[in-house]
Amino acid sequence: MDPILKVEHLTKTFSSRGREDYTAVDDVNFSLYPGEKLAVIGESGSGKTTVVNMVTRLLDCTSGRIILDGEDITNVRGKALREIYRKVQMVFQTPVESFDPRRTLGDGISESLVNHGMKKKEAMKEAVRLLKLCGLGDEFAKRYPHEVSGGQCQRAAIARALAIKPKVLILDEATSALDVTVQEEVLNLLTKIKEEMDISYLFICHDIALVQNFCDRVLVMYHGRIVEEGIPDEVIQHPKEEYTKNLIDSVL
Amino acid sequence: MAEIIRYEHVDISYNGRRVIHDCNFSADEGEILGIVGESGSGKSTLIKAAMGLLGTAGLVTRGDIWYKGKNLPDLSPKEMRKICGAQIGMIFQMAGSSFCPIRTVRDQLFEFVSEHEKTDRHEFEDRARDLLHKFRFEDPKRVLDSYPFELSGGMQQRVGIAAAMLLNPKILMADEPTSALDVSVQKQVVEEMLMIREKFGTTILLVTHNLGIIRAMTDSMLVLKEGETMEYGNTAQILADPQSAYTQKLLAAVPKLRR
Amino acid sequence: MREPTVRKQNIHNNHLKTRLIIFGTLAILLVVCSFFSEYLCPYDPYVQDLGNAKAAPSLAHLFGTDRYGRDMLSRVIAGSRTSIYSTLLLVGFITVFGTITGIVCAWNGGRLDSVLMRISDMFLAFPGLVFALAVAAVLGGGVQNAIIALAAISWPKYARVARSQTLAQKETVYIRAARLSGCSSAKLIIKHILPNIFGPVLVTAMLDIGTMMMELAGLSFLGLGAKPPTPEWGSMMSDTRNLLTTHPWVTLAPGFAIFVSVIIFNLLGDTVRDWLDPRNAR
Repeated sequence: MDPILKVEHLTKTFSSRGREDYTAVDDVNFSLYPGEKLAVIGESGSGKTTVVNMVTRLLDCTSGRIILDGEDITNVRGKALREIYRKVQMVFQTPVESFDPRRTLGDGISESLVNHGMKKKEAMKEAVRLLKLCGLGDEFAKRYPHEVSGGQCQRAAIARALAIKPKVLILDEATSALDVTVQEEVLNLLTKIKEEMDISYLFICHDIALVQNFCDRVLVMYHGRIVEEGIPDEVIQHPKEEYTKNLIDSVL
Repeated sequence: MAEIIRYEHVDISYNGRRVIHDCNFSADEGEILGIVGESGSGKSTLIKAAMGLLGTAGLVTRGDIWYKGKNLPDLSPKEMRKICGAQIGMIFQMAGSSFCPIRTVRDQLFEFVSEHEKTDRHEFEDRARDLLHKFRFEDPKRVLDSYPFELSGGMQQRVGIAAAMLLNPKILMADEPTSALDVSVQKQVVEEMLMIREKFGTTILLVTHNLGIIRAMTDSMLVLKEGETMEYGNTAQILADPQSAYTQKLLAAVPKLRR
Repeated sequence: MREPTVRKQNIHNNHLKTRLIIFGTLAILLVVCSFFSEYLCPYDPYVQDLGNAKAAPSLAHLFGTDRYGRDMLSRVIAGSRTSIYSTLLLVGFITVFGTITGIVCAWNGGRLDSVLMRISDMFLAFPGLVFALAVAAVLGGGVQNAIIALAAISWPKYARVARSQTLAQKETVYIRAARLSGCSSAKLIIKHILPNIFGPVLVTAMLDIGTMMMELAGLSFLGLGAKPPTPEWGSMMSDTRNLLTTHPWVTLAPGFAIFVSVIIFNLLGDTVRDWLDPRNAR
């Protein structure tokens, strides 16, 4: 099976005058297959967020290639770049801040539909349907982000990401800021969505226990490199790298 | 063991809205008490009330917080300042942001100590190095020479904890001390707090949402939900056999690592 | 078992809404008055009556008359047209111009940003009123030229505010999320950036109305604004300043008008700032 997302030799070097260059991501290679739940795990500064920012093209890479659904998207710009967001979407760590504070959740969810050519009225109807899919009533379409709880807002953010029916959904620490009971609900929602849609998850996380319970495959990142890769149970029970071992031992 | 702090029928309101209702608990000398709850449960408010940190909008509207025969909510700001820091220490979620960014760690710690007791630079230097040494910092002098931004987030947090222990307080209030840290640093911080109890006999009130930390270091625990006490008692007992439905739900939701 | 202590809480209320309504109404009243000033004047502000010159305030002439016997109340009301209207026009213009410049700079960055910001630095480097004096002197007198002079020195402030706010908004998570929703740059600016930086820009503008009114009156006072006989508060004060000791009302009437309008607009500006402050959750 061909991977839906393939990353080859991805590198990001930040350089600023008067300072040494800093390589945040160093020669990263991985593939995400259709229907897979792939986790990237690592501590702060490991470069995992930089990787997804490059994959979604919010950040330009220094070298390497990003291939999405057979198309090289490493250097696309302008209108072509906006087109790739039909295939890849992202959910952020801070749900409330990921919605424009002056616009309703419904506006936020329907925005991508309108931008990709749907009429405003239809898009709003679709937004309500998506909210329902994510377990929120239709009254939420008219609410503002600060009027709902973090968990409800994250559900709305997932609804927004799903609106355009992407093939890859990137979850950048999407449950880290949530309470554990809410985290559980959001994970259940993601599992349910996966049963209904043909979608792959790229799950960025620092909680190794969560990854073990939720994902099919895991990449361990350390200092910008992928140091270990495998099935979560395998990696956790028989870590090959010293770093991975430490990471697992630190879990209380 | 002698009891050192007691909360009796405490109600706390913000702008007339009650956020804590009828909260009762106490801690003995050297006890580590965990206060656990999800966001909005009022867990931080509880320890802020003892420190007089509720701000202008918040007030302990009913009940008492007893510390050594003194009722903390009724103390004047002047008396409160004397107790805070010297007798009751505090650790914040981000110790880094409670440091002034343009002065060295040494200057700030010296100022903090000399606020509360007579000391000179020489005596302070010895004491600070000795303490940092106990906290297993490799190079205490370098830490004292640094500006806060030169230390990593984990280091800042550890310095913050060491700083709180400079005056050897009887009680340490810790508000989510490990939530902003990576797991490896988190483990180190937990070990350090256990060491504090071991070496100084300090009582610790620990506010956290992380049940792993509760399990790893507390003797007793209090479960809060929306300002109401759900469960209070011995940690091992509650974790093994939770009585309230909410605690059960909370425990079930934590992802467990199968090693 | 002792009874728990009960303490009473004083709930803090800053009457924001009341303040907003009062000062808003007063400001609107001022603007409406200035618009309909022709119909509100009890006498023709230009008609001289030398037989009744320098009359003290009375029921017939509430603010007295000036040295040509013109009714001061009418002249103050007529002067509001020039003063308040020109000020609003001025502030409106620099707000729009400065904001657009600021957003363009922040969004594009690079060389355009550097060039435009250095130009604004140049304007900021001059002492404001002195520069305005020079511009007004070169262009000659008249309200129009005074507005141009003040606009030239004031727009950089708005460009700075808009630029720093846009830079801050540009890095927010919701702008990244909107990008992922397929918004083009133009759409991001109009639909997301502009509404979110509107607050700080509006507050700057509101607080500037008072200052601008003073500076405009100041230029007129120095003879570089409105030309007599056009009633304008600054030039009215200047005209009559030698009468201050003998017939104080002639000078004090326009001075009082400036004082009251500046205070009203400043208080409104303060209130709007508090109102937009997210810490005052409504």
